[in-house]
Amino acid sequence: MWKSEKYKIKNWFRNNRELATLPFVLVVVFALMSGLAPSRFLKGSNFQSMAIQLPEVGLFALAMMITLLTGGINLSVITTANLSGIIGALILKTYCTPTDTGTITVLIMVLAIVASLAVSLVLGLINGFLIAHVGVSAILATLGTMTLYDGLGIAITKGYVISDFPKCFLYIGTGTVLGVPVALLVFIVSAYLMSLILARKPFGLSTYMIGSNERATEFSGVNVKGVLMKTYLLSGFLSGIASIIMTSRFNSANAGYGSSYLLVTVLIAVLGGVDPFGGFGKVSGLVMALVILQFISSGLNLLGVTAFVTISLWGTILIMVMGLNNYLEKRRFRTIKKGFSG
Amino acid sequence: MEKFLKMKNISKLYTGVRALDDVSFSLDYGEIHCLVGENGSGKSTLIKIISGVIPPEEGAEIEIEGRPLDISHFTSKDSINNGVHVIYQDLSLFPNLTVRENISFNVHVEKGHKLVNWSNINEIARNVVKDIGIDLDLDRVLGTMSIADQQLVAICKALIGELKLLIMDEPTSSLTKNEVDSLFTVVKKLKKRGITTMFVSHKLNEILEIAERVTVLRDGQCVGVYDPDDLSHEKLTFLMTGKKIEYTRPDESVVKDNVLLQVKGFTKKGNFKNIDFDLREGEILGITGLLGSGRTELALALFGINPADRGEVVINGKKVSIRSNGDALRNGIGYVPEDRLELGLVMPQSVGNNITVTVLDNLLNSINMIDKEKKRRAVEKGVADLAIKIPSVNSAVMTLSGGNQQRVVLAKWIATEPKILILDEPTVGIDVAAKSSIHETIKQLAARGIGIIIISDEIHEVLYNCHRVLVMRRGRLVRDAKTRDITEEQLFQIVNVG
Amino acid sequence: METKGFINRLLKRNEIYLLFVIIGLSIMLSIVNPNFLTLENLFDILRSYSFMGILAVGVLVVLLSGGIDISFTANATVAQYVMAYLLVNHLKMNIFLAILIPCVIGVALGGINASLIYFLNAPPIIITISTLNVYFGVLQFVSGGKWLYNFPVWFRNFPKVSVIHLVNPEGIPYGLSILTIIWIVIVVCTFFILRYTTLGRKIYAMGGNTEAAKRSGLNVFQIQMFVYCFMGLLAGVASIIQALLAQTVAPNAIMGRELEVIAAVVLGGASLAGGSGSLVGTLLGVSLIATITNGLTLMRVSSYWQNVFIGLIIIISVSITALQRKAVARRVTAVDVEE
Repeated sequence: MWKSEKYKIKNWFRNNRELATLPFVLVVVFALMSGLAPSRFLKGSNFQSMAIQLPEVGLFALAMMITLLTGGINLSVITTANLSGIIGALILKTYCTPTDTGTITVLIMVLAIVASLAVSLVLGLINGFLIAHVGVSAILATLGTMTLYDGLGIAITKGYVISDFPKCFLYIGTGTVLGVPVALLVFIVSAYLMSLILARKPFGLSTYMIGSNERATEFSGVNVKGVLMKTYLLSGFLSGIASIIMTSRFNSANAGYGSSYLLVTVLIAVLGGVDPFGGFGKVSGLVMALVILQFISSGLNLLGVTAFVTISLWGTILIMVMGLNNYLEKRRFRTIKKGFSG
Repeated sequence: MEKFLKMKNISKLYTGVRALDDVSFSLDYGEIHCLVGENGSGKSTLIKIISGVIPPEEGAEIEIEGRPLDISHFTSKDSINNGVHVIYQDLSLFPNLTVRENISFNVHVEKGHKLVNWSNINEIARNVVKDIGIDLDLDRVLGTMSIADQQLVAICKALIGELKLLIMDEPTSSLTKNEVDSLFTVVKKLKKRGITTMFVSHKLNEILEIAERVTVLRDGQCVGVYDPDDLSHEKLTFLMTGKKIEYTRPDESVVKDNVLLQVKGFTKKGNFKNIDFDLREGEILGITGLLGSGRTELALALFGINPADRGEVVINGKKVSIRSNGDALRNGIGYVPEDRLELGLVMPQSVGNNITVTVLDNLLNSINMIDKEKKRRAVEKGVADLAIKIPSVNSAVMTLSGGNQQRVVLAKWIATEPKILILDEPTVGIDVAAKSSIHETIKQLAARGIGIIIISDEIHEVLYNCHRVLVMRRGRLVRDAKTRDITEEQLFQIVNVG
Repeated sequence: METKGFINRLLKRNEIYLLFVIIGLSIMLSIVNPNFLTLENLFDILRSYSFMGILAVGVLVVLLSGGIDISFTANATVAQYVMAYLLVNHLKMNIFLAILIPCVIGVALGGINASLIYFLNAPPIIITISTLNVYFGVLQFVSGGKWLYNFPVWFRNFPKVSVIHLVNPEGIPYGLSILTIIWIVIVVCTFFILRYTTLGRKIYAMGGNTEAAKRSGLNVFQIQMFVYCFMGLLAGVASIIQALLAQTVAPNAIMGRELEVIAAVVLGGASLAGGSGSLVGTLLGVSLIATITNGLTLMRVSSYWQNVFIGLIIIISVSITALQRKAVARRVTAVDVEE
């Protein structure tokens, strides 16, 4: 039994060479952060707060990842979330007060959540339609929808923040189940389902193939338009889930939230082994990258470093990762070239 | 008479491989020469050495116009200065610039030119085009022109500055017969001006038509230089491969009586009109015709990617509707595209993923997830069935040889257990030896009862591998005959002359 | 005969349709609010959009070469802040230095972009997303987010200068702003570079076919360096203009508008893949966005709806382009069927 376990681990490393370094980086970063501020980093409350921040970013990263896998990108993930959150918040605000409790309140809350998710699906559908059926490139389509959704959010809220929701709703973003934050559970379940879909569903496998070569995949009998449609629907849906958690955690919805998240989601995906050109990437890598960045972010925060330095750091790390990938690519190419004839 | 180019003792070594082994090669002034050889025979290495891209091993001797070259210091710039230009298959032109700018482009690159003198550019382009007598719209943006016209632009570009030797790599692969004729007219004009032309080609008909001498390379060695009049298809194959390949007509007995596929009145505007034909179980049907006759469009209509406007498709007696690639697959129709690299395979992905992409829905278990065991078995079966040589099923397809890649393509379609398999130019770009192996595989597939349609440019391939042949011209079906009832010359006539 | 061919070719170009849309919109808007098509309003729009217009020119050049730069707003912000800081605190600054410093900074930051892209062999979008955040983050950290104002008198008076002096019915003077002139000069210079220098042609070539460019002996590094440094230079100039217009400099004033500028350039017909696009198109793209936003304001539509309209325009425009491309592809592969 021992032997087969060892074999499985060895095999995993061989099949995921790019990801092999991530666990080590994880441990190193953890050690570093613990070393720099042991009293604060290793406290239970720190882990609690990390566990609460992490799910939002994680969900956005998943939403971004699936579109990156198909060789596209979704620039509208944040504004989709904001708009969906605003719609849900409006329902809550119209029919509830912050002190409401009871079954009716819960039902209204469910309605609000369903509405948010429905909106996010529609927004994702629009992206899917533009990209799969009209044939617009992903970057241009989502640039347009990002602007449109942002505009709709601003038009509806007129720049105001919608806030003060009933306790039952706040529970989603801040509550815990047996000590584990609800939001984290939602993320873990989402991440797990996504990894299952990608590895074990025809839709998931087709995603990778489309990312590497869309036309050849079409010539293999795959319903490419359908897969792309589903991809952007799923991306929108994940953004919708993120919006519910965000709205609940901040106890408010607004058109301008999370604009700095866009870079971070790309960073997490690329750091986690997703090929920015499409075709490759695993959820396990993304989750590890997510945790690494969360450690760094929280650690720096505890050390009193301002958020701006952190964003510069993200940029620098992404540049370094690109540099490292380039170096490894060159080395691999050199060894292939050696045995080549004219 | 001095030779324009004399090369002796040309060798090139890569780790463990002798790409060229003591080859001698020469070109006469103004001759039209053809270089022939399989993949790996060393022909592209030889061209790279002539054009200065890579150096030969020590001991090599190269003379251009009687002057010996210093091979240790011979770069591609030097080669161009010696009047040697290579036009590769991808043409190296700029699709977003106009014809005149593409032709005169090198003027921009010359040192010391910071400002653009448009009247100079115009004049250069106009003169070259007039000189060689080609009719090109100088203002046209290159990307909007046909490949044939773009090729002519590439030739004009090579004519700027003194052109002495023009080397073209497979120039006719995407050209129609008319376009090939135009190209050869231009090549003859070049010859009249004393310019030497050399091309790499595998199209026997064209080699025989235009070449004055043919050099055959095999495994890095020069087999010999021949007069095209002395060459036949069989002889050339023998020289290129060193093996005698037996061409046998396909076995008629495997064709069953059951009519697998009936196509009636198949029409699509701008593609083809009123196509009617039958296909029996176990039959191999060849569709031939000139480039642009609508064959691929017809195939894509049967495969659902390019659905027809009108017409009936009947499979095993039942009328079916094919409006998408999914419909085609569900009805047991498979299509293997001509462009293996871009459309047939997903190159960066593994062999396993490529083989199973067509049958993902068949690999599901009871809870609708892909069963790992089923997938593994499907992949292993495909690999074994088609004898694909790979180090691991996880190897990326792009690391395989051309022949093995073609097998992966076939494997992925065999996995769908098709009733009808359409193969578009299945052996284009594949070495002669591997070609006959693929043909054998195709015949075996037919023996299993699959109805096979082969689209091919090569009359020889169609005659020796198909039971029946359809000829298409300008979107219409002009002939439907059993291959044993028709000769190579007759078929050639119908296709090219009508 | 010649003119017929010319008109035909003109009609085939996308820019014409953009022009029609702008003219159509302008006519509609002037019916709703006659103040729209007045010279005063036009001069005013031109003045406010000089900033975006100059940035758009830079973005166009980068796109033509086959690259993309999303960090120019951060670039402009840093250049602007340094200039402003020196102006507000070191009164010995003169006009010459006020112009020179942002330009030099812009070029330097652009040069960093080019170097990273070339040496790391990485996709420009990812590199410039990173440098966007690094440049901005460092500036915010160093500056502490402090706003700067109280510029010297000459700085305050400069943006009021205008060429062509006119007076409107209410007796208020207006004219073609000097800032617009700067934009026009930049456009003319860029036009010259793109059309009449070999460097300009090489930029187009590289965007059209990078492999062929390398094989033709083009120095890819040099061209990329120029393109990103040029963007940086224009970002520097644009940042000066924005400071002159706003008369205050805040570290986050310019940030967030990157995609707006890129949208204008893309609307004008530039391809994200490289090699195609024109100055005329870019100017039309900026004009379209200017027309819409200004028009919306004059129609008393609240500015909250601006992004909705801009988003819709982008979506419609790129959809039309995509559908056109599909139609062309279908035409090219048609068979000459014998009837």
